[in-house]
Amino acid sequence: MSITEIVFWFLSGLALVSAIMVLLSKNPVHSVLWLIAVFFAISGHYILLNAQFLAIVNLIVYAGAIMVLFLFVIMLMNQGSEPEPRSKSMWIKMAGAISGGSLLLVMVAVIRQSANLVVRNEANDIVPKEAVARVGDIGLIEKLGNVLFTEYVVPFEISSVLFLSAMVGAVVIGKKE
Amino acid sequence: MPIHYYVILSATLFCIGIIGVLTRRNAIIVFMCIELMLNAVNLLLVAFSKMHHGSLLQGANSGIDGQIFVFFIMVVAAAEVSVGLAIIVMMYRNVHSVDINFLNRLKN
Repeated sequence: MSITEIVFWFLSGLALVSAIMVLLSKNPVHSVLWLIAVFFAISGHYILLNAQFLAIVNLIVYAGAIMVLFLFVIMLMNQGSEPEPRSKSMWIKMAGAISGGSLLLVMVAVIRQSANLVVRNEANDIVPKEAVARVGDIGLIEKLGNVLFTEYVVPFEISSVLFLSAMVGAVVIGKKE
Repeated sequence: MPIHYYVILSATLFCIGIIGVLTRRNAIIVFMCIELMLNAVNLLLVAFSKMHHGSLLQGANSGIDGQIFVFFIMVVAAAEVSVGLAIIVMMYRNVHSVDINFLNRLKN
């Protein structure tokens, strides 16, 4: 077992356990903290795939800005003190878990059959394609910035307009009338 | 790593997010589960980008579009979070609760 596989399984286990704990936590503040753990695990996956710019942006934007915004709102509402009211929700929980599990089953069944994810090797055996880890330079900021500011410059500018409208919308919705 | 591992990991994270949206009643936690689903898709896009880069080898920049898409998904998610949290705060100010069952008054 190489070091790449060990890191992959560790990060995957951390992401899955933390994601399940996001659901199971009664206290919303604990859910936020577990979600930050998920984001750290996903950033570790990005580093493993040599997408370093996205790893840093994921940490700064998600774990740094969005989750702090969530914490602010939760503490503003004083939600951490009282637990979620629970009544007649056992059937809802079971129905949700069954439908989510069915969706997972369908997705896994589809990708097991997919011909786009496998390739024939030299011995003419069918092997899955590889997501090459720890090599390649397309995730570095030099290449990404070059493509972003030449090919994708129009969507980039439009996203700035989107940010402006989101900011104005948040202020308009949030202010007292 | 084989691409199947990443696809199954992302599908599992996505389904955990869906179960959270379906079962939890706190609007903030529903919102956090939506973020979880967005991140599962981002992870899958990066894995496919590396798969494309490794399997085709046509030009040095092949597969870079997937990572640009991830960047734009993050941009849209940030804008979405600011507006959505403002809506949740306004809802809390009106009904003094973030339970999404209070939102069913829209239907009558």
